[in-house]
Amino acid sequence: MTLLNTMDRILYESQRQGRISFYMTNYGEEGTHVGSIAALDNADLVFGQYREAGVLMHRGYPLDLFMAQCYGNTSDPGKGRQMPVHYGCKDLNFVTISSPLATQIPQAVGAAYAFKRANTNRVVICYFGEGTSSEGDAHAGFNFSATLECPVIFFCRNNGYAISTPTSEQYRGDGIAARGPGYGIQSIRVDGNDVFAVYNATKEARRRAVAENQPFLIEAMTYRIGHHSTSDDSSAYRSVDEVNYWDKQDHPISRLRHYMANRNWWDEEQEKSWRKKSRKRVMEALEEAERKLKPKLQFLFSDVYSEMPWHIAKQQTSLERHLKQYGEHYPLAQFEK
Amino acid sequence: MALAGLALRRAAVSSLRLRLATGSTPRRRAAHFAFQPDPEPTQYGQTQKMNLFQSITSALDNALSRDPTAVIFGEDVSFGGVFRCTVGLRDKFGKDRVFNTPLCEQGIVGFGIGVAVTGATAIAEIQFADYIYPAFDQIVNEAAKYRYRSGDLFNCGSLTIRAPWGCVGHGALYHSQSPESFFAHCPGLKIVIPRGPIEAKGLLLSCIEDKNPCIFFEPKIMYRAAVEQVPVEPYTIPLSQAEVLQDGSDVTLVAWGTQVHVIKEVAVMAQEKLGVSCEIIDLKTILPWDAETVCKSVAKTGRLVITHEAPVTGGFASEISSTVQEECFLNLEAPITRVCGYDTPFPHIYEPFYIPDKWKCYDAVRKMINY
Repeated sequence: MTLLNTMDRILYESQRQGRISFYMTNYGEEGTHVGSIAALDNADLVFGQYREAGVLMHRGYPLDLFMAQCYGNTSDPGKGRQMPVHYGCKDLNFVTISSPLATQIPQAVGAAYAFKRANTNRVVICYFGEGTSSEGDAHAGFNFSATLECPVIFFCRNNGYAISTPTSEQYRGDGIAARGPGYGIQSIRVDGNDVFAVYNATKEARRRAVAENQPFLIEAMTYRIGHHSTSDDSSAYRSVDEVNYWDKQDHPISRLRHYMANRNWWDEEQEKSWRKKSRKRVMEALEEAERKLKPKLQFLFSDVYSEMPWHIAKQQTSLERHLKQYGEHYPLAQFEK
Repeated sequence: MALAGLALRRAAVSSLRLRLATGSTPRRRAAHFAFQPDPEPTQYGQTQKMNLFQSITSALDNALSRDPTAVIFGEDVSFGGVFRCTVGLRDKFGKDRVFNTPLCEQGIVGFGIGVAVTGATAIAEIQFADYIYPAFDQIVNEAAKYRYRSGDLFNCGSLTIRAPWGCVGHGALYHSQSPESFFAHCPGLKIVIPRGPIEAKGLLLSCIEDKNPCIFFEPKIMYRAAVEQVPVEPYTIPLSQAEVLQDGSDVTLVAWGTQVHVIKEVAVMAQEKLGVSCEIIDLKTILPWDAETVCKSVAKTGRLVITHEAPVTGGFASEISSTVQEECFLNLEAPITRVCGYDTPFPHIYEPFYIPDKWKCYDAVRKMINY
């Protein structure tokens, strides 16, 4: 949680300085990520929305690769094609993030169905926000998961806002959890700022989803402390006092810190040293990511299909010829040859 | 709104089912095309007389037999499908492999993508091509871009979406559409349309095996009308390869689906009435399409007529036309002509006047020769 928080602060600043084009922080929702993923097996497949970087961090995704994706450099497994924070990792079973909201929900159900047929004892967890829950794909996913009896955990982060839209304009029912029973889905609401509550709910949902081949819905109540993204100024639609309350009085990180301090598992000294160490690690990764070149230009054209059709090959050749003549007008020096 | 739409759609399906059950189609007029069977293929072993829906079933049967991960799903596929394409498959392969989904197209395609992301083979059915649009986002933003955006970490290459397609005589606005050009603008997809039972089976098996998400449109007017000797064993017909069905020297005619049979007739008419020799090309794959075969033909004939049922503006003929114009400028002796549906929704009682029938195509050839 704290390492993610440190990375968030540094990458947020780096966007403000124009070093990366875009960023989305996870402030206030770190507990939902770590609490839930700790309750799963590493083989369980994760479909996310975009504010779940803590899931990847908990599974050991290297800082270098977070940075590589945000910078779109040669080390980015995504080959620099997507906007920052659209992470993905095959080895850690974290399906690549995409921008269209809720599209991952019915997909997660399909993957869970395939797992059920393959008898793998794997579950799928699918994260999304309360705003996303209004999309048609959320309805599709919930309903399919129930009628087709899929081992999937729907994990809704209800943080009160979808960009500027408060939940009062998002729905008039009792949040998202109350929709679950209408689909025949076992549902629960948890305090999203309490890692143990999140962990317990997820652990039990996983146990039963695998054993009974049925979906579970967890709604984690939390608060989006940061701006929606670096393209948003949230003071335009909510008060600073409101934000401060959740940041200072009820934060998942400080709550876990109290717990650990009470048990003498953590003290000020360790806190200081960890802060320093994590900041150093993030800064080193950032500086290295910044020094690296962008990937080869051929990656603009590959992976559209598994093979390259004639017309795309022709377009690639056309760009190469163009750059021979007009290369000086393009940022060629930033790209690997 | 939604309920009314649903009721209409159900009524249309059940009336169709009723006719299938009674086996007597009320004929208001003769069909706009005459199906001409392809020669019996000899290289794939034993053949059997099959219509188009039976050849689809045969392909699906082969696919499920060979690939234990393969599943078929959609609205009403369990009992055999509203067009009978999945008859017997649930009994043979089990209800976990051939199953109904809730009535929700965006869910069907999203679900299929998820199955494919795990590496299993997903064969999704959309009941009519007209109802594929609720899944447009899942197809265009998700399926088509999965491999590219993840740097090939993830893909949904084992997904195939099948959908009944094209006019049917009385399908009106929502049981007649040919939406291929909407998808032709989307890199990452393959779009395939067969002209008869032999092609349907071979191309569908290629789509199912292909490592890319494919949309396979089945000309529903041929489900029962088209009968050929189809190999019983699995075989594939390559994607992205057009086929020259008849050599000619004066005009190239390009079409796909049912319209291939229309241009076959037009070629006979042009020969008999005008002494004009037509080269006939079935494009088969809309994306990525086989420009080489088409351009080679036009370089020889110097004239090109492209015809499709879909509306002319933004139709795939415009893509073919501009590419051929770029590649064959020095060979062209007349402007390329498109004979297509009008830029209107597909009408009910006016269908005979709407479709680009053989007389409209013949007239285009005649004018082109006299240009």
